[in-house]
Amino acid sequence: MASLKELRNRISSVQSTQKITKAMQMVAAAKLRRAQEAAEAARPYAERMDRVMANLAAGMKDRDDAPELLIGNGKDQVHLLVVATAERGLCGGFNASIVRLARERIVKLVGEGKTVKILCVGKKGRDALKRLYGDYIIDTIEFSGVRKFGFEHADQVGQRVIDMFENGEFDVCTLFYSRFQNVVTQIPTTQSLIPASVGGAEAEEEIVARLGGAIYEYEPDETEILKDLLPRNLSVQIFRALLENGASEEGARMTAMDNATRNAGEMIDKLTITYNRTRQAQITKELIEIISGAEAL
Amino acid sequence: MMADKLSFDLVSPERLLLSDDVDMVVVPGKEGDMGIMAGHAPIMTVLRPGVIDVEEGGKSKERYFVRGGFAEVTAGGLTLLAEHAVPLTDLSAEHLDGEIRNAEEDVEDARTEEKRQRAQERLDHLRDLRKML
Repeated sequence: MASLKELRNRISSVQSTQKITKAMQMVAAAKLRRAQEAAEAARPYAERMDRVMANLAAGMKDRDDAPELLIGNGKDQVHLLVVATAERGLCGGFNASIVRLARERIVKLVGEGKTVKILCVGKKGRDALKRLYGDYIIDTIEFSGVRKFGFEHADQVGQRVIDMFENGEFDVCTLFYSRFQNVVTQIPTTQSLIPASVGGAEAEEEIVARLGGAIYEYEPDETEILKDLLPRNLSVQIFRALLENGASEEGARMTAMDNATRNAGEMIDKLTITYNRTRQAQITKELIEIISGAEAL
Repeated sequence: MMADKLSFDLVSPERLLLSDDVDMVVVPGKEGDMGIMAGHAPIMTVLRPGVIDVEEGGKSKERYFVRGGFAEVTAGGLTLLAEHAVPLTDLSAEHLDGEIRNAEEDVEDARTEEKRQRAQERLDHLRDLRKML
């Protein structure tokens, strides 16, 4: 049986842990709200971008001169996996579940004899992948010093991917991130960046209907526009994914810290009961000693 | 037709900047400025760095500087997907100088002739703007 002093120490140490987790939960809740707002604010742009892309891609589908960023370069040998995770831990299974998804893909690709390259965004993903697949990791982009995540940061990742593609360093690019559904549910997701996955948000007929039966005029022509639009679209996709990821991270952290706070509470209750029992037992023991001492006289 | 309003959305990657019904918007298209009013034919164009002019009742109401982007006109109205938009009132000479320095670096860094040419075009537009300010 632990002594009273030991028990007192443990109770106070669990209490201070609880204070910390409680504070972290509240910070996460505040950050989550901001992250959600940012994700929502970015939505109109991304939605319209999708529409424009769907429009253009529909016209490009059957053409031989369609840009490689849109349809891929026809090969399927070298895969680049962009794994977006958090910069910090203590957010439950958030990082682990993204990494697990990426790992499954790596195992599958390597099994098929493909070459795999990994670009980590966020250092937690790198830490987790380093042990098993350190040789595949070509670089890590960290945003740990970034206070407010903006489009230029996503653009930085996008530019990197495009540069590598243009240098022929890979054939297919896939992004791994976590989609935010609600505070308790975040869904690890993969998204194909090259070739571009043009969301089937709208069927072709609907587009034509929306245009009132008319077809776009393009100025300059479609190929020129696509040349500008595709790299931009890539960055927008990454931006959206990273914002979702940010919201997911805070959501996961909030839930994890809520659980931790509750667990600490339970532990304090249990320890307090043990403490009280021990103290009572000691008092009883001392009383017995006194009484039996008095009787002996 | 004149009475009709054009529904106009200006969005940047971070947020929706403006959503309003207006008389006319002057857009700096890559191949020349375009005044877009209600009932314009569907068109899709690339923007050059320049100033978007939102006009209401024959007067200029709001002006934004854009670094580039796309304009899409449909039967539903005009949507501008701007890459970095700043209200002109907030735009300072220093800000533009920063943009120009960026563009200069782009020209130097460009590896292919095609890219260099694009960057050079941007730089020229920006310099023109700087002179106007």
